[in-house]
Amino acid sequence: MRTELALAPNVTESSVRQARSMASIVKHRARTRYRSIIPGFGPTLGFALFYLSLIVLLPLSTVFVKSAGMGFEAFARAAFSPRTLDAYKVSFGSAAAAAAVNMVAGLLVAWVLVRYRFPGKQLVSAMVDLPFALPTAVAGIALTAIYADTGWVGHWLAQIGIKAAYTPLGIVIALIFIGLPFIVRSVEPVLADLGADVEEAAASLGAGRLTTFRRVILPAIAPALMTGFALAFARGIGEYGSVIFIAGNMPFSTEIAPLRIVQQLEQFDYAGATAIAMVMLVVSFGMLLLINAIQIWSRRRMA
Amino acid sequence: MSAAAITESGVARRILIGAALLFLLFFLLLPLLSVFAQALPAAQAGMARATASFGLGDVGTAIGQLAAGFRESLGPYLAAIENSDAKAAIHLTLLTAAISVPLNLVFGLAAAWAITKFDFPGKGILITLIDLPLSVSPVVAGLIYILMFGANGWIGPWLMEHDLQIVFAVPGIVLATTFVTFPFVARELIPLMTEQGRDDEEAAVSLGANGWQTFWHVTLPNVRWGLLYGVLLCNARAMGEFGAVSVVSGHIRGETNTMPLEVEILYNEYNFLAAFAVASLLAGLALVTLVIKSLLEWHYGHEGGAHR
Repeated sequence: MRTELALAPNVTESSVRQARSMASIVKHRARTRYRSIIPGFGPTLGFALFYLSLIVLLPLSTVFVKSAGMGFEAFARAAFSPRTLDAYKVSFGSAAAAAAVNMVAGLLVAWVLVRYRFPGKQLVSAMVDLPFALPTAVAGIALTAIYADTGWVGHWLAQIGIKAAYTPLGIVIALIFIGLPFIVRSVEPVLADLGADVEEAAASLGAGRLTTFRRVILPAIAPALMTGFALAFARGIGEYGSVIFIAGNMPFSTEIAPLRIVQQLEQFDYAGATAIAMVMLVVSFGMLLLINAIQIWSRRRMA
Repeated sequence: MSAAAITESGVARRILIGAALLFLLFFLLLPLLSVFAQALPAAQAGMARATASFGLGDVGTAIGQLAAGFRESLGPYLAAIENSDAKAAIHLTLLTAAISVPLNLVFGLAAAWAITKFDFPGKGILITLIDLPLSVSPVVAGLIYILMFGANGWIGPWLMEHDLQIVFAVPGIVLATTFVTFPFVARELIPLMTEQGRDDEEAAVSLGANGWQTFWHVTLPNVRWGLLYGVLLCNARAMGEFGAVSVVSGHIRGETNTMPLEVEILYNEYNFLAAFAVASLLAGLALVTLVIKSLLEWHYGHEGGAHR
């Protein structure tokens, strides 16, 4: 513990001495009990835990309690009906496809933003966060408008026989939009921190740029890429607003899992909705664990 | 060693920049532009005519056509926004954000203070739990409040007895929005305050400042820009939330419809102009959020920056 007395204006000699002696008492205490002299631990932690329990934990527990009370067979029937199974496939498949596209495109965008200078770079950098700030429903109708057969991009795609809106491809397009910033913002800082010395070493040993990228840069940013992939995938499987407008929502082909929950709720089948929600929560928590594991692994590898 | 060995040739660089910009054009810029273009179709047509005139070298006519297009668009655009249902939706959206954002602001400050200024067991778990709402599907976020407060929910019967309605009414919308925007302020503050350490606060306290004084005069000035960005992001998400709110809203026009829900209804009624007009307000909010974020980043380095 270090006290920075220089920061406070108008410090008198005596107050400095007083502070020093207090600091030494604090240090003595800190050695024995690690107690901070800063006040407010009880109230702030208490409020944070109370609010967390009230808004997040207690409401989330309803899904687990209700699922546990359903009995295995009823749960399986609701959570794994053929139509719902297909919806999982659509959700997980398109989220994985979109995250994979974003892994390449996001790395490219991050690379260009970190390594090169070009006019309008600041604007481009700001644009990358658009999917965080733009409401999902707005993104949904806008993407549908441009990728529909009559849209700005859709009519070109239609001429070469590709139908984007109201097909699984449309879902992937929406999830690419939603997931892009996760990859860019995960990779960017790692790429920026990467020292030039390792690349110079690789070059001086005769490696070309591609070899250096593949053997030196890619392994260094791999954990960040995987974290970005996992974040984008986790967001993609739960995404609703941007997808339902462009998806077409046809049973067994373009129906996503969150939509199945909404449909069960519309029929007042709360148990059915809860069972699907339970499956999705388990997958989300699994992704969360995976992300933490990647981060612990990469920290250990760097050390 | 020359710098050329660790960079790409000019051609490769240009190809990479071009590819990145092309990708962003198709997936970010065009969707954003299309919101405004669809909201102002006459202006879009005017712009097309003006471009043609401009191509013929007739700048005067081009400007006139551009202005005429915008004038023609403005009437229907304003009519769509001033529609009573749209106005009610704007009110409800503002009300919801006005409740959820301050709640999450207070929570974010309290949680960041406890986590960054003290050591206690289970801190890592607490941080993970704060991020939890980010990995829950918005639809599930709505569902859990129905399981709590709905007619068959945990305290639904008690609420019915006392004639209180939470889901399919405004309180449910506020709760679901609060859940979805829960981590935004806290996750901006925690990395920032961890980086800044405890020295300033400890100095203030040893010089006799009490907790509030330390917070107001030492901590808050240090984190104000990060805090501002967290609040902005929280607000943008609160005003734009769709999935969670859609599940708990009663979808009663003029009463329990927020702006994104109004956009959906108008869109499904094939009233595209009105849908995109309301959507353009939300897109404008997103743009303002991004502009302020970028300004903060340029002026204050990474302190005001996004962490995710």
